[in-house]
Amino acid sequence: MNSLFEYLVRLGDDSLILGHRLSEWCGHGPILEEDIAMTNISLDLIGQATTFLEHAGKVEGKGRSEDDLAFLRYQKDYKNLLLVERPNGDFGVTMMRQFLFDAFRKPLFERLVNSKDEQLSAIAAKSLKETTYHLRHSSEWVIRLGDGTEESHQRVQDALDELWKYTAEMFVEDEVNQNLTENGIIPSMEGLKEEWNATVTSVLDQATLTIPTNNWEQHGGRNGKHSEHLGFILTELQYMQRAYPGMEW
Amino acid sequence: MSSRIRIFVVELLSQMKEQDISELERIFQEKIDQDIKIEPKDWMPDNYRKTLIRQISQHAHSEIVGMLPEGNWITRAPNLRRKAVLLAKVQDEAGHGLYLYSATETLGADREDTIDDLHSGKAKYSSIFNYPTLTWADMGAVGWLVDGAAIMNQVPLCRCSYGPYARAMVRVCKEESFHQRQGYEIMMTLMSGTIEQKEMAQDALNRFWWPSLMMFGPPDTDSKHTKQSMEWRIKRHTNDELRQMMVDFTVPQAEAIGLTIPDPDLKWNEEKGGYDYGEIDWDEFWNVVKGNGPCNKDRIDTRRKAKENGAWVREAANAHAEKRKDRKIA
Repeated sequence: MNSLFEYLVRLGDDSLILGHRLSEWCGHGPILEEDIAMTNISLDLIGQATTFLEHAGKVEGKGRSEDDLAFLRYQKDYKNLLLVERPNGDFGVTMMRQFLFDAFRKPLFERLVNSKDEQLSAIAAKSLKETTYHLRHSSEWVIRLGDGTEESHQRVQDALDELWKYTAEMFVEDEVNQNLTENGIIPSMEGLKEEWNATVTSVLDQATLTIPTNNWEQHGGRNGKHSEHLGFILTELQYMQRAYPGMEW
Repeated sequence: MSSRIRIFVVELLSQMKEQDISELERIFQEKIDQDIKIEPKDWMPDNYRKTLIRQISQHAHSEIVGMLPEGNWITRAPNLRRKAVLLAKVQDEAGHGLYLYSATETLGADREDTIDDLHSGKAKYSSIFNYPTLTWADMGAVGWLVDGAAIMNQVPLCRCSYGPYARAMVRVCKEESFHQRQGYEIMMTLMSGTIEQKEMAQDALNRFWWPSLMMFGPPDTDSKHTKQSMEWRIKRHTNDELRQMMVDFTVPQAEAIGLTIPDPDLKWNEEKGGYDYGEIDWDEFWNVVKGNGPCNKDRIDTRRKAKENGAWVREAANAHAEKRKDRKIA
């Protein structure tokens, strides 16, 4: 197995699938400003997916383009976190999902900027700028909704309770990460989870939300074992490429 | 004050008011005639204000409802580049909606009230968005024809007499021109592709050609707002003039990539230096305007639902802002 390829696909798929989910909001946002913001974040994520998957294709060396990887794999070959394929739910679920993810992505990119792989480092640097804004945006909404009305507090607490079990998967260290760290391609991820914890605790505290006590961890996405939701995402995502194979668009 | 004196004062004031208004109207029309922009704080006749609020909010609603037929294809775009471009385009439209609602607010309208008028059916939006987008080629046709028609309509609006609207249009037109080109580029790519792709492109043109020509509104003989709007220099060309420009501009573009305009009566007229085109089905137009288009109900239901589902979010944001304010004071 080519660890760098695998790692880049994970990064690319997280961006691709979350970008897809956010784009489902387009035209349906709770206020016009948020419609614009969510479309904008989706656009950043699709851009990140494009660069990660393009690089993955080159690293793999089998002539697969970013589009081949994005549109023409089978479900088990997608390696995104289960968290990002969760349905949008209400705006509270979407913002909580985004926040939990952004709080992980920012310190992750801060580390990957120091990758010895120049291309990965460059993509991380660009994505870090975007993610810093995304995190600010999602944190503010989590605080607003948590410390808003009784209804919004309950909704966003429910969202947190629902999503909590998917967060542990972000920090799994398996042979892919270990190989890359040992070979010095990616820096050590020491302290990543602690940093995430600190951000999450601080924001949830300001939002007057309670961290769930159920610590059950739901894993699967990183190994290609997805939820039922991904199949439907891929049905839409791949529709054109599957219905009209091999054409230029 | 005795009642006789009071009556005298009231009469005097009302005389002054009439004189003032006719003086103000004179100054207003003079500015218009000299192409000096009217700004939010300037005096303006009530009907000018009302006409602008109607037109600008209709324009804003069109941008917002217009996000739906294209937003519809974002999750199914055929490759990453097309997906990103489409996302950016639909986002631009939301941005246009936002500027335009702001422009109506400079005239004293309230954004939420304006949106409620859209949801209740009182306010209109461009009928074209009541047609469904059925294939990927529709993203091409909509960009090329619908944004193309929008540019024809909006370029003259950059010189509209009302300052905030004119300035908003300068930026909007730049973005629309990018949209129009990306739409045409989708069509070009399809027309240099496989038979299925060519058929898809032609089918999209067949469905969108006539509705795009209807976008310029009823023929001049039936347009109730055109004359006054031209006198106020809100409008610079009549509906039929703009429609003719659209036809003359678009036909060569269609021919260049091998598409056939679905109009057997289309013919170059040497004498007028433009194309003659067939009869537009105005019954269809009025039906769609009245709510009987293929998607009218779906579009408005979707917008209404977005607002209803977002109510708790807006309430929470307000409640949180209040709490913050209180904490600051305390």
